[in-house]
Amino acid sequence: MAILIHEDKCKGCQKCIKVCPFNAITMQNKLVKTDEGEKTKNIAVIGAACTSCGACVDECPFGAIEKLEEGATGVDISLYHDVWVFAEQRDGALMSVSIELMGEGRKLADQIGCKLCAILCADNADNLVDELFEYGADKVYYANAPELKSYNTDAYTKAIYKAIITYKPEVVLLGATHIGRDLGPCLAVHCGTGLTADCTKLDIDPEDKKLMQTRPAFGGNLMATILCPRHRPQMSTVRPGVMEKPQRVPGRKGELVKLDATFADGDIREKVLEVVKGLTEQVSLTDAKIIVSGGAGLGRPEGFELIKQFADKLGGVVGSSRAAVDAGWIDHSHQVGQTGTTVKPQIYFACGISGAIQHLAGMQNSDYIVAINKNEDAPIFEVADYGIVGDLYKVIPAIMEALDAMAK
Amino acid sequence: MKIIVCAKQVPDTNEVKIDPVKGTLIRDGVPSILNPDDANALEEALKIKDKNPDTQVAVLSMGPPQACYMLRECLAMGADAAYLLSSRAFGGADTCATSTTLAFGVRKIGDYDIIFAGRQAIDGDTAQVGPQLAQRLGLPVVTYVQNIREFKEKSVVVERQLEDGYEVIEVQTPCVLTCVKELNDPRYMTIDGIEGAYKAEITIWNENDVALAPENCGLKASPTQVFRSFTPPPKGKGEILSGTVAEMATALVGKLNEKHLL
Repeated sequence: MAILIHEDKCKGCQKCIKVCPFNAITMQNKLVKTDEGEKTKNIAVIGAACTSCGACVDECPFGAIEKLEEGATGVDISLYHDVWVFAEQRDGALMSVSIELMGEGRKLADQIGCKLCAILCADNADNLVDELFEYGADKVYYANAPELKSYNTDAYTKAIYKAIITYKPEVVLLGATHIGRDLGPCLAVHCGTGLTADCTKLDIDPEDKKLMQTRPAFGGNLMATILCPRHRPQMSTVRPGVMEKPQRVPGRKGELVKLDATFADGDIREKVLEVVKGLTEQVSLTDAKIIVSGGAGLGRPEGFELIKQFADKLGGVVGSSRAAVDAGWIDHSHQVGQTGTTVKPQIYFACGISGAIQHLAGMQNSDYIVAINKNEDAPIFEVADYGIVGDLYKVIPAIMEALDAMAK
Repeated sequence: MKIIVCAKQVPDTNEVKIDPVKGTLIRDGVPSILNPDDANALEEALKIKDKNPDTQVAVLSMGPPQACYMLRECLAMGADAAYLLSSRAFGGADTCATSTTLAFGVRKIGDYDIIFAGRQAIDGDTAQVGPQLAQRLGLPVVTYVQNIREFKEKSVVVERQLEDGYEVIEVQTPCVLTCVKELNDPRYMTIDGIEGAYKAEITIWNENDVALAPENCGLKASPTQVFRSFTPPPKGKGEILSGTVAEMATALVGKLNEKHLL
């Protein structure tokens, strides 16, 4: 256990029990040695559900809880250098999040004082190599094979794992897409290292140059900063839409390292038979400048027609809360929030959305938030820059009229 | 067919609220539930059993002893057997260590054709344990399974959800499939099932029972460590507009236009 209760100091006040996010602390009557000799008293006991998050340490008024630094023994970390970004491509085009990671990877590499590298798996996509140099890669590791044309768990895991054990990066970043969240865990197991999922913030500790990975947990109610102190590489998947894209420098060059990418019979155990694109238009929430989202407050599925009209007028994209998706009013691909898409538009309109913590986790970094809701106590108003208390079926048409008036 | 379903007992994070004054989690009265995606995993196994009554469905979990409540729920839905990996030595495990422990549990159960798991648990949202379990067992894996199309002799054809559509994948069996909520609607417990579930025995194993060395489980086998955790700072409250609907609409458009946002 990394959380230690100093039994002599614990007064049994139970404050730690209330603050524990994992319900891991109980009170037990125990025989305890104190300054006045042995006596039986009620003290806190850490249970198996403890994740060593440390929430109880700060809460204890008596300094009775201590967090011990211990953990798995690791590898010789001095052998590992450079920051790698997994350059995820689909249909021969780089994913937005991979370009965002080139921006973030550059910052981290500069702080560590090392190179920024991209690792690309594709089938004859040499143009992407140039693109990665232009987005700041000092080196591109390129696995080029027909088996790597589109994502395949076994093929990508094998090719990238081989590159990691050969070239030993100290940091590997992947986009937290459906593909990154499949590949990352498989790579981490093969490399015998840790992986932090869905990070929203990355920092380098200025003293020991370790990667500090911050992510939402517990449905966005809690933020946790995770370290991977003794294992390498330090691996993170990063939420799309959170990091800044770098400036593209046309003609910028770097070093190309071609990887061996050959596969034996039995290496690849799954086969993609067909790819079906969404029947509805592709919702690009992550790239949208303006998002108009509807929630349970619409009251009926037809409400999304009004939301769509409003979004069209603004040149924006339609989003939704989980409640509206669960009600079957709109497809999951429109969902913003903890289990949907994280967005960061210039303006986010929340229409009839109360503002559950899971929704806020996915949109509170928007530049401006406008909330329209009947209930003046709705939590959404706590994060809104501008709030209108009223019936959205009256307010939205009025805003559209005001937009028309301004255009004239 | 023999199926293992991996399930986790989680606090219902939809019920968690933040104390507006102290900024800390209020967890009084927050119920523990079967993780939603895991319910879809179990349902899919039970659907196979509905069609092929000789199918055996075993549920495997890791957690504290109170996770037995969740496992009894699984039995009441129709699972045949339940196993809980429970020990102080498993505490503080990250996904890496959790997948190792589960892999030892799977090996102890023995025979299986398919392992189902939920895509992710709502308390951690990592989506890592399913694919990591597959790697530890040397099995192929398909994550985000939204539909199962066909079982063949030595493979299964599934649909894997992507952000903008889906892929149809044929994967060799035995394999690990992680399930999303679009896959099915989990059934309710039956009265007979509930009665049977309370009489049923839940097998509880510790590290010795599954022959796992203590240094290979729990915190000691976890490469990642939580450095600190904190409640996210709330964004400052903005301006609530006032007046008639038309006045508020005009004011809003004016303010956004002033900032060159329109």
